[in-house]
Amino acid sequence: MLAKRIIPCLDCDLNVPHGRVVKGVEFKQIRYAGEPVALATKYYEDGADEIVFLDITASHERRETMADVIKATTENVFVPICVGGGIRKPQDYVNMLKAGADKCSTNTAAIHNPDLINEASKVVGSQACVIGIDAKRRYVDDPQENDDHVIIETPQGYCWYDCSIYGGREFTGIDAIKWAMECQERGAGEILLTSMDRDGTKDGYDIPLNRAMSEMLDIPIIASGGGGSPEHIYETLTKGKSDAALAASIFHFDEYPVPVVKEYLKERGVAVRL
Amino acid sequence: MITIIDYGSGNLKSIRNGFRRIGADALVTNDKKDLEQAEVLILPGVGAFGTAMKNLQKYQDIIHQHIQEGKPFLGVCLGLQVLFSESEESPGVKGLDVFPGKVVRFPETLPPQGLKIPHMGWNNLNTLRYSPLMEGIDQDYMYFVHSYYVQPEDPEIVVATVDYGVEVPAVVAQDNVFATQFHPEKSGPVGLEILKNFLKQAL
Repeated sequence: MLAKRIIPCLDCDLNVPHGRVVKGVEFKQIRYAGEPVALATKYYEDGADEIVFLDITASHERRETMADVIKATTENVFVPICVGGGIRKPQDYVNMLKAGADKCSTNTAAIHNPDLINEASKVVGSQACVIGIDAKRRYVDDPQENDDHVIIETPQGYCWYDCSIYGGREFTGIDAIKWAMECQERGAGEILLTSMDRDGTKDGYDIPLNRAMSEMLDIPIIASGGGGSPEHIYETLTKGKSDAALAASIFHFDEYPVPVVKEYLKERGVAVRL
Repeated sequence: MITIIDYGSGNLKSIRNGFRRIGADALVTNDKKDLEQAEVLILPGVGAFGTAMKNLQKYQDIIHQHIQEGKPFLGVCLGLQVLFSESEESPGVKGLDVFPGKVVRFPETLPPQGLKIPHMGWNNLNTLRYSPLMEGIDQDYMYFVHSYYVQPEDPEIVVATVDYGVEVPAVVAQDNVFATQFHPEKSGPVGLEILKNFLKQAL
């Protein structure tokens, strides 16, 4: 039986030598968690199923630094590695895969140029093309009057989801669920779905969002944003129908190490790799 | 020398790092002379069947010769699929045909059952018969990522399977030829154990 994946995420600031892993709440109150290579190695040894590196500086000048981080990591880490931030053209995918990554995640670049998904999936394969979607709730009064959007019922009311770009700094008005379906059509292999409403809050994942996305798409969905406890992870993997759960600070600051989360899930009947 | 065929596809560094971690150096090359002299040949692979076969064209004879001479060979992921005769992914393209059989796509009936395509992630093996490759490994989880799977004509070559709505051959082996649908180099400590088993009987 396919196991649900537990994925620590490393938000990397690459402006210092070797980089550093940071975690902020809505880009404020930044805390430093350690060095990317050392943290990734620790998570691998703890039994993480996959590791995501996000370059939060996402600048072209830092591509080389990220490639070096990946190279050093994959000398000792033997689980899949996904890299996001600053991936803009098929060659960027090729370079990251050459450095040792298995997948690249794109958000802003794919929204600006959706053909990138078709081109990249032809060059490196769909399995390496992850689309990052940062979705924010837009509540509506009358669900019947919104033909342009996929309306989801949530405990807080009806809403659709707006795709944001540039790390949450700009909104596009693009419907997140429709966009995800288009990405799948174009050759994306997976969706890394972050709830902007929950990100950094530790209030739990956006279950209605994850569930709707998972039911409407054929490709795997990684839930992200809001994971603050093993119970939250359990919720999104069961009620939210997510294929994987991504979290950052609960792992970084040893609140709930990976083995603790996995034991919790196993006790409740979720298939996990121990 | 362990030699990894570089035919322009994907992440070759990881499999090399995997061998390094277990104490064996491996050469990644597209040089025909090096490949001809390989004692142990590794065929990795991600991407599409047709593209892979096109890029493998010039190495076909070397691969067949290597296998016929009884030298150890390991195919990984797409490197397993291209050992078969043909694939639904690229109709009309001939595979290496080391093993008679075809490669088919996961049925479209899977996603409505909650089984996504690609089959991506960690899944546990069912061992069907003994192979030195699987020494000490039984129900372990391995990392898979694929949308197509093989249907060998000879069921005897299947060493282990994995259940994903259909029964998927996960390890095939015959004499000196071994292949895994999963990525041992991405399957954690147990995956490295498989590489070690492979080398143990190869060297």
